[in-house]
Amino acid sequence: MKLLFERSVAGRKQTIFPDLDVPEATFDETLVRQSAPRLPQMAEVDLGRHYTELAKQTHGVNDGFYPLGSCTMKYNPRVNEQVAALPGFADIHPLQPEETVQGCLGAMHELEGMLAEICGMDAMTLQPAAGAHGEYTGLLLIRAHHLANGDTGRTKIIVPDSAHGTNPASAVMAGFTVVSVPSDAQGGVDLDALRAAVGPDTAGLMLTNPNTLGLFDPNIVEICQIIHEAGGLCYYDGANLNAVMGHARPGDMGFDCVHVNLHKTFSTPHGGGGPGSGPVGCKAFLAPYLPNPRVVERPDGTLAFSCSEQSVGKVRSFYGNFLVAVRALAYILTLGREGIPEASASAVLNANYLAHFLAEAGYALPYGERCMHEFVIDVGPLKAETGVSAMDVAKRLLDFGVHPPTMYFPLIVHEALMAEPTETESRETLDEFVGLMTGILKEAHEDGERLHSAPFTCPIGRPDEVKAARKPHVRYEFDEEG
Amino acid sequence: MSVIPAELSYTTSHEWVSVEGDTYTIGLTDFAQDALGDLVFVNLPMEGDEVVAGEAFADVESVKAVSDVFSPVTGTVVQINEDLLDAPEAINEDPYGAWLVRVEEVSEVGDLLDADAYEAHCAQEA
Repeated sequence: MKLLFERSVAGRKQTIFPDLDVPEATFDETLVRQSAPRLPQMAEVDLGRHYTELAKQTHGVNDGFYPLGSCTMKYNPRVNEQVAALPGFADIHPLQPEETVQGCLGAMHELEGMLAEICGMDAMTLQPAAGAHGEYTGLLLIRAHHLANGDTGRTKIIVPDSAHGTNPASAVMAGFTVVSVPSDAQGGVDLDALRAAVGPDTAGLMLTNPNTLGLFDPNIVEICQIIHEAGGLCYYDGANLNAVMGHARPGDMGFDCVHVNLHKTFSTPHGGGGPGSGPVGCKAFLAPYLPNPRVVERPDGTLAFSCSEQSVGKVRSFYGNFLVAVRALAYILTLGREGIPEASASAVLNANYLAHFLAEAGYALPYGERCMHEFVIDVGPLKAETGVSAMDVAKRLLDFGVHPPTMYFPLIVHEALMAEPTETESRETLDEFVGLMTGILKEAHEDGERLHSAPFTCPIGRPDEVKAARKPHVRYEFDEEG
Repeated sequence: MSVIPAELSYTTSHEWVSVEGDTYTIGLTDFAQDALGDLVFVNLPMEGDEVVAGEAFADVESVKAVSDVFSPVTGTVVQINEDLLDAPEAINEDPYGAWLVRVEEVSEVGDLLDADAYEAHCAQEA
């Protein structure tokens, strides 16, 4: 399709400006640019068509199945949008006096309380704008705790090798060094390796449970004990909370702080880059370090913002992505005490259903058919037999209007496809997916060579990722300079 | 089958080491570059940085993943291969020519394998 600059026609514009009814200002000559900026010149209708054309080339949950593992691409109920659009939430200013936004403070306070209850924590902040931002914030709490104890030698964060890549990155951002511990044959944390890794320099552990293989670590209580006995703290990455909400709480497993992804577990929008939201919860002893300000209840029952002197400071402007938090609150209230655990149970049931029938179809499941909310297919055996890789299978799925599972992750399975159907997909959709995957398996055995050039129906098939990373071409080149 | 020059020493984490006098030159093995795939970015330490045997001192990024590179020795970085910063593909094309760093003032050398032992190690991992 054409770029905006290629659609541009000199002199074309959309000029429906009202008359100037304020005095014209003059600026110092040094502040005024010498030539007009080179912007595309077009009518609003052309611009609208350009973006609609782009939008048609995307794939979202509203287009079709989206089993992208560890991303929890569940359907986002419309009622969330209706609630977030209420003028009392949407038409406010972040600097309004507290007494004029009591309803908004109430929504934040209520959501914090519900998330704390779901996670088994004592306090929450809604400030972090995404999951990795939450990880960073949680690690700052851990650092503040050790420093407050005069414990300056705790510089290492332990991360299992099945972790999300953001975990080690966040640890480094927060000033720690990372120690990686291997997984055992069952896909859980290797306890002996963990015992060998801890010491007086251990600041803490970051763990996703269930992990990226979709497996709940049965040794979780012992894992947290090992860390605590060494003087470290335990951080729960809530990326996979959708598997356990209402059934098991990180706080009860032994974790000291946690982040949740509202855009995964609590049905707020994922697409178009967000905005996301990664609230952080902690046990009471870490609460004084939470980012400022926090919503507190005054003795008269009204709500106010309060700042702690021991706080790690602000991690984002104002109060986080407030309207995203409102959507999550709407979701939790819609599902209620019975619906929240039922959503997790259905998510786990859907994943097990899919895992079972994909195994039956002939796909290799290296960690067995039983899983939590997601599971990993190993395309390695198929590749050895037919040459068809995880990439080829994923690309072929695009032809059928299905977003592929997460590819080549976790790294401990070399030809991984990680699938997470979520609870919002029907049995019919899951059956259809099994049918497509069975068909691709058949194609791989009949004519594997052909699958190397899939997809066949998409506007773009196999972009050169290496060239794009090494020599990115991100600036429009005009015909003539000037 | 990946190339494993007999005159070099190796780590189980797939770095190679060559020693000339007091200078230890470190790079990534052919097995490593093949497993990583096309490299698109290399992050190297600064000259003068201390490296510690068994700890990460650099990282390399392919279209698949970012991976740490672990130091086989404890010492001081005296030279980095700046050419790699603009041309990470050199590691894919010539892994034993495209060295990453040179280290001197070495106080500790970690467990190193000779070519035969490293070949056996690769066979186990493949």
